[in-house]
Amino acid sequence: VEKFSAGGGERVDWEALLLEADLGLALTGRLTRMLSEEGLLRKPPEGEERIRQELRSILAGDPPKVAHSEKPVVILLVGVNGGGKTTTAAKLAFRYGKEGKRVVLAAADTFRAAAVEQLEAWARRIGTLFVAGNPGADPASVAYRAHAQAEEEKADLLIVDTAGRLATKNNLMLEAAKIRRTLAKRDPQAPHHVWLVVDGTVGSNALSQATEFHRAVGLSGLIVTKLDGSAKGGMIAAVKEELGLPTVFVGIGEKLEDLEEFDADRYVDEFFGG
Amino acid sequence: MLEFLQQKLETVFRNLRGYGKLSEANIADALREIRLALLAADVHYPVAKRLCEEIQKKALGKEALAGIRPGDQFVKIFHEELVRLLEEGEREIRPERPLRLLLCGLNGSGKTTTAAKLALWFRKQRQDVALVAGDLTRPAAREQLQRLGEQVQVPVYAWPDGSSIETVVREGRARGEKERRDVLIFDAAGRLDVDAELLEELAGVAALWEPGESLLVVDAATGQVAVKVAEAFAAKVPLTGLVLSRTDGDARGGAALSIQQVTGIPIKFLGIGEKPDALQPFVPERFVGRLLGM
Ligand SMILES: Nc1nc2c(ncn2[C@@H]2O[C@H](COP(=O)(O)OP(=O)(O)OP(=O)(O)O)[C@@H](O)[C@H]2O)c(=O)[nH]1
Ligand SMILES: Nc1nc2c(ncn2[C@@H]2O[C@H](COP(=O)(O)OP(=O)(O)OP(=O)(O)O)[C@@H](O)[C@H]2O)c(=O)[nH]1
Ligand SMILES: [K+]
Ligand SMILES: [Mg+2]
Ligand SMILES: [Mg+2]
Repeated sequence: VEKFSAGGGERVDWEALLLEADLGLALTGRLTRMLSEEGLLRKPPEGEERIRQELRSILAGDPPKVAHSEKPVVILLVGVNGGGKTTTAAKLAFRYGKEGKRVVLAAADTFRAAAVEQLEAWARRIGTLFVAGNPGADPASVAYRAHAQAEEEKADLLIVDTAGRLATKNNLMLEAAKIRRTLAKRDPQAPHHVWLVVDGTVGSNALSQATEFHRAVGLSGLIVTKLDGSAKGGMIAAVKEELGLPTVFVGIGEKLEDLEEFDADRYVDEFFGG
Repeated sequence: MLEFLQQKLETVFRNLRGYGKLSEANIADALREIRLALLAADVHYPVAKRLCEEIQKKALGKEALAGIRPGDQFVKIFHEELVRLLEEGEREIRPERPLRLLLCGLNGSGKTTTAAKLALWFRKQRQDVALVAGDLTRPAAREQLQRLGEQVQVPVYAWPDGSSIETVVREGRARGEKERRDVLIFDAAGRLDVDAELLEELAGVAALWEPGESLLVVDAATGQVAVKVAEAFAAKVPLTGLVLSRTDGDARGGAALSIQQVTGIPIKFLGIGEKPDALQPFVPERFVGRLLGM
């Protein structure tokens, strides 16, 4: 990608710049048209500032907060395979635990080999309560039982980890929807948050993932992982623009403390930096 | 006057029937469509640009085929050219035995699952295989591989917590040699392309393991970073092939084309599901159809 220079007047391949950050065709098209209409295509500093401004306005809005309630607040994590759900479940438990909340971690991935052991190992490290299902058990029933247990333990928070599923697998998407409905049987307000965990290195498919999971399960936000790599996470803006879904947290490493609240200003800065 | 009119009519007919030559004008729409298809498939921007320019140059001036619209013909040429490009390189697994494989890639890309899939694939060819649990980082990585090993009925070499990676590589290799295995598959921990320390560790593993095949496992949904990632790994490990995982989703897999084009590493397998038998040898023709959305 051609770099900006202070002199101005030279050509910047805006399309390349935006697409290479995984902003996707639709948003890239809209932003380049905007620059063209406003006569900023050949004015790098002004054009960059205009895009920053536009990205900030796309990302504006307060992220959902985990409030207090009588019954345990339930966070349901869903997403495609390998995105970072299990690790993120542990990071969230660690984070809210440090805030003094009593947290229950539930392993409702009864499919993937050693998925339960993986979350259990994290739970042990954090010292948090842990509920799991047997291999092959119905994940919705595991979630149901976990909620009962969380209530019994007077927990503030229940975090439910689920199996990875591709949005094209209809039966698995129905299964995810069933987990949600089953939790609602225990508490009509639950799950209070349904967060899609998206791998930050994913490109335009992130939009398809968000669309399909939103349709099947109903999402309230995104957690974008692996932003400690070179990926710019352009799809954060694309998904917000297209579906109105905010990014709540970002994952920036494999360790428990590597989870940060999403910061739009920083995101926009890093979008143009390096 | 009459002559002029006749000439004009003839040109119109020629265009309609697709006579004449492929020109920038009569393939413009097709070229734009292909470019967008490649970008929508997450093909690396510079790669998409270069391919379009090169293949356009090759096609210009070619005789248009009778009865076929020049645009359609150009799409066909593009298709064929991509297939040819993807066929380059050695796509078969090396025949020499014993063979040591090394699987590497970003976190969560599908390495451990692919290790089990490959183990089953070799076992079905009546080869004596063992898996080596080389991920000492991710919680329960060893248990995951052991569970998968049971499923595919392949032994898993594993070491207790606290073992060093050097121990695992050295002892894994020695045990495979002692037991005269045909194929040994090393499942390495995931790591990001910017993690210099972990990449250096991987280089160390490769130096001791001396793999006959080092495969990079890449998620089909990977975006524009794919090339950077592949280059970072290729700089540390002599990569011999690519496995594109999760092609059972709706991602078109432009990452694979980008990586192959920039690094020359051939695509060898596709992951087409979570189960151990969900592995397919790579077929360029089919893949290009998917890429272009045709
Ligand atoms: N570098 C980095 N690695 C991460 C991050 N989040 C998760 N990972 C790693 O990504 C890999 C996959 O993470 P998991 O938590 O197992 O992903 P998952 O979505 O639960 O996977 P499935 O349950 O198999 O669908 C692991 O190696 C994690 O350590 C992150 O923010 N940064
Ligand atoms: N649908 C589908 N899922 C796959 C495929 N390959 C792997 N997976 C899933 O992707 C997730 C991650 O796979 P792993 O094999 O654990 O990935 P990994 O690269 O070993 O992960 P780390 O060791 O944490 O870096 C699991 O849920 C697998 O079941 C595939 O081809 N299709
Ligand atoms: K980054
Ligand atoms: Mg998981
Ligand atoms: Mg693994």
